[in-house]
Amino acid sequence: MTRELFNRNTKAIIYGFQRNAIQRMLDFDFVCKRKTSSVAAIIRPSQAGAIGYHKVFWGGTEIVVPIYRKLALAIKNHPDADVLINFSSFRSAYPTTMEALNAETIKTVAVIAEGIPERRSREMNKLAKEKGKVIIGPATVGGIQAGAFKIGNTAGTIENVVLSKLYRPGSVGFVSKSGGMSNEMNFMIAQNSDGVFEGIAIGGDRYAGSSLLDHLLRYEVNPKIKMMVCLGEVGGTGEIDIVNAIKDGRLTKPLVMWCIGTAAALLPAGLQFGHAGAMAGSDLETAHAKNKALAEVGVIVPDSYDDLGDKIKETFEKLKAEGKIDPVDEFEPPKLPMDYAQAAKLGIVRRPTDVISTISDERGDVPMFSGVGLDTLVSENKSIGYTIGILWFKKELPKFAQDYIEIVIKLTSDHGPAVSGAHNAIVTARAGKDLMSALATGILTIGPRFGGAISDTAKYIKLAMDKKMAPQEFVDYMKNVVGINIPGIGHRIKSVQNPDVRVKLLKEFVFNNFEKHPFLDYALEVEKITTSKRNNLILNVDGCIGICFMDLLENLDLSEEEKNDVVDTEMLNGFFVLGRSIGMMGHIFDQKRQRAALYRQPWDEILFAD
Amino acid sequence: MAQKSIYEFSAKKLLMTELPKYFPAYNYHGKLAVLTPDTDWDKLVAENPWLNTDKLAAKPDQLFGKRGKANLLLLDANLEGLKAFINERMNKEIELGGIKGTLTRFLVEPFVPHEKEFYVSITSDMDSDTIHFSFEGGIFVEENWDKVTHVPVPIGTDVDSFDFASKLPDLGDLKDTLIAFIKGLLKVYIDQDFAFLEINPFAVTPEGKVVPLDLKAKLDDTASFQHIETWANPDKPIKFPRAFGQVLSKEEQFVADMDEKTGASLKFTILNRDARVWTMVAGGGGSVVYTDTIADMGFAKELGNYGEYSGNPNREHTELYAQTVIDVLTEKPDPQGRPKILLIGGGIANFTDVKATFMGIVAALRKSANKLKNANVKIYVRRGGPNEKEGLKLMKDVGEEIGVPIEVYDRYTHMTRIVPLSLKGDS
Repeated sequence: MTRELFNRNTKAIIYGFQRNAIQRMLDFDFVCKRKTSSVAAIIRPSQAGAIGYHKVFWGGTEIVVPIYRKLALAIKNHPDADVLINFSSFRSAYPTTMEALNAETIKTVAVIAEGIPERRSREMNKLAKEKGKVIIGPATVGGIQAGAFKIGNTAGTIENVVLSKLYRPGSVGFVSKSGGMSNEMNFMIAQNSDGVFEGIAIGGDRYAGSSLLDHLLRYEVNPKIKMMVCLGEVGGTGEIDIVNAIKDGRLTKPLVMWCIGTAAALLPAGLQFGHAGAMAGSDLETAHAKNKALAEVGVIVPDSYDDLGDKIKETFEKLKAEGKIDPVDEFEPPKLPMDYAQAAKLGIVRRPTDVISTISDERGDVPMFSGVGLDTLVSENKSIGYTIGILWFKKELPKFAQDYIEIVIKLTSDHGPAVSGAHNAIVTARAGKDLMSALATGILTIGPRFGGAISDTAKYIKLAMDKKMAPQEFVDYMKNVVGINIPGIGHRIKSVQNPDVRVKLLKEFVFNNFEKHPFLDYALEVEKITTSKRNNLILNVDGCIGICFMDLLENLDLSEEEKNDVVDTEMLNGFFVLGRSIGMMGHIFDQKRQRAALYRQPWDEILFAD
Repeated sequence: MAQKSIYEFSAKKLLMTELPKYFPAYNYHGKLAVLTPDTDWDKLVAENPWLNTDKLAAKPDQLFGKRGKANLLLLDANLEGLKAFINERMNKEIELGGIKGTLTRFLVEPFVPHEKEFYVSITSDMDSDTIHFSFEGGIFVEENWDKVTHVPVPIGTDVDSFDFASKLPDLGDLKDTLIAFIKGLLKVYIDQDFAFLEINPFAVTPEGKVVPLDLKAKLDDTASFQHIETWANPDKPIKFPRAFGQVLSKEEQFVADMDEKTGASLKFTILNRDARVWTMVAGGGGSVVYTDTIADMGFAKELGNYGEYSGNPNREHTELYAQTVIDVLTEKPDPQGRPKILLIGGGIANFTDVKATFMGIVAALRKSANKLKNANVKIYVRRGGPNEKEGLKLMKDVGEEIGVPIEVYDRYTHMTRIVPLSLKGDS
């Protein structure tokens, strides 16, 4: 496996929808001045369709990356992608990695997950070996080839990429177990040499897919790499393999190396020191023993981690003095536009909003309605009237107003199956449509004729009172000027002698609870005139609801403008929609429960005429 | 950590249910009982009537060996003898290889008279699982290690058709039994994600039954999600006991519990409660480097803890973690009045948000202003990574706000330089 794993054209499939990691890869590609993005496709097993698209930034513009549900299709459609970056969890990393290893076009798999069962790792490694493929990981951040390709979250943000000069290749090949330390080392190497050519973190697990030595052997044959840096660890024998490779001449380039974990002996036996694989099973596996063995075969081993940077510098300067270092092809990395969110956080941009919301705010722990928490509504057992008050009127309504609203909701809740709204809902439900469609057809019926009497009554009585018409004057005005029957007056069955009990209850409530009720008083004067003409021209329930609502507003400490807003915003229709939805849904459920068949109007209800 | 030791009791129980699937002749007696300080003898005997009838063997089951040499082995006894043996030893503190611990758990089984003791173990490396077998089992196996036969079985091998016979020494009359036993054992080892299994010794009874006498095992706990039918059954998961003598302090237990609940990593081990130098380091590798450096400078005895946080823990967990470290380190001031040192260190993170994690630490520092002052704590910070500037500024600001000396260093200061900076002139 001494082939190069990555170059400036490498393309990868990302298993797992890792937005940040993907964007960071594209940002890296952009500042490296790659011609194309390194992310060929994304796999998202939870996606509904076979292919979707994910928007990402390429510098200042947006491009899309296809998202596949299945790896197989992504592999088929992207034969140029030879790397799989596997972000799947410890549970599914095994099957997904095995699938990728079995795919002909995938040559390298980076396995990010921590906690993969050891046997599964060993099986993955066996298959990789048989297929001549390379696994980086598990339990790693991945690795980076400076100026060419970066695995996932390696090297973090673009600021760090620039500070660590990872946007262009240097001369140092680096490998470590630790993913966290690899980024520290990238920077250390950049500070003490011309920078990293490639840096790989093999991961801290006991059974890493590729070893420290595997990568050093690759660096050995890469002519662009002039020196190597390796950070080993207590535990395992990977460092001993390096000693042996030097002894038998497979590694010849200058190698600066330090094994961390020299303090392991001071800690209680059996303690997890750093990584899962970091536990000395024998004296040979201690950090001291390894550092000593490495130094004995000519590896440049510092006295402690603290001196590691100095040793890198010395080694690099020596090679440079010997003329063995090629000058770096330095350039100014293109500036990446700042993300809006970050810029906003820093206070250097601002943007107008599109929507103003004054009644509710869901950004906190609990949604707030006009400053009242949703939890309070429940814990203090607030009424529906209270809830409507804070969401519709933006204030806490007095008790009598809450009660009135609830009475209205009950009174309007249903009026039998024959009325047009319920009928439409029933017909639609019986056509096999869903609840929402059936309810919508019912609600869409509400308007000037169906349910409209409520707001129309309010509207005309208000007009009359605003114009200070005497009741008789108003009755004449409606007949002669407007030319319609007075909305809210008249009932099919009920009459003066046979009053509507609903109206009776509503009136009683208003007389007993509203301090003033000028609209109702006025309407009753009008009723006296109309009933004198015919005994069924009584104030009906719709009219009474509308009028009493106007009286409610009179008792609520509202300005004239505010009252007009309430009327203009169709709040009265709102009560009817709210109440009647209860009944309409009842009818819909009723029909659905019966599995009622498609409704067809009988011919005998239709006059067929020319 | 992936490989975890289990009780001998747990391992024998697991073999009892799993091994007969591959080696049906494994039905030796199935009689196992555990004794702890809370054991009610009457109840135990009622549940395990064989305690009254069989000859018994007993020994501590607390993850240590060489029990015979320490006079902790009871053989061929009756119930009265067992009671006397246990009463004499339960809750006794003993010292083993320099580690002090209390005897709190014994395993009781029927005593199996036998003449010959065999040895078998299974270990794993990258490419193979290796069977180690010897006729010379028992306490002499180590001195007779050259008589042990090692048979590597490459990973992915079909165990049934693998030719053990030609690779093991001549097993004579026991050939069929032992090879079937070893194959079964290996299959259970593979199936159940064992990481280590050693039966030393096991006996073969005159009736040809294989009986494990002493047994040690480790499971790979990362595989637990594959074993909810057996050892990781959520209703009665297998226990992963700590090494003998290791008792977690309440603070260590608190962090360990938190660690289990999060995808991030939070580790905290107290080395010396009275020590002066404490660390709160990000990253598995980074934490090792700091510990090394402190030891290199000769301050190993002054080091209070080992620990690390990594994998982008959230703000809340970081705060609780930081608070735990601060609480222990500020328990009492240094008796000689010297400042206590807290190193908030770390490398340059790949993706852990420095600002977010530092917000958690800063919150804990703010709440602990008085504690930190009373214990005369000096804090040194070094860190890099996403949002490093904002994160480091938070640290600088909180120091001024609460009046605790905090020196803050960024990526341009070598990662471990804060160790000599904080300890200079102290050695």
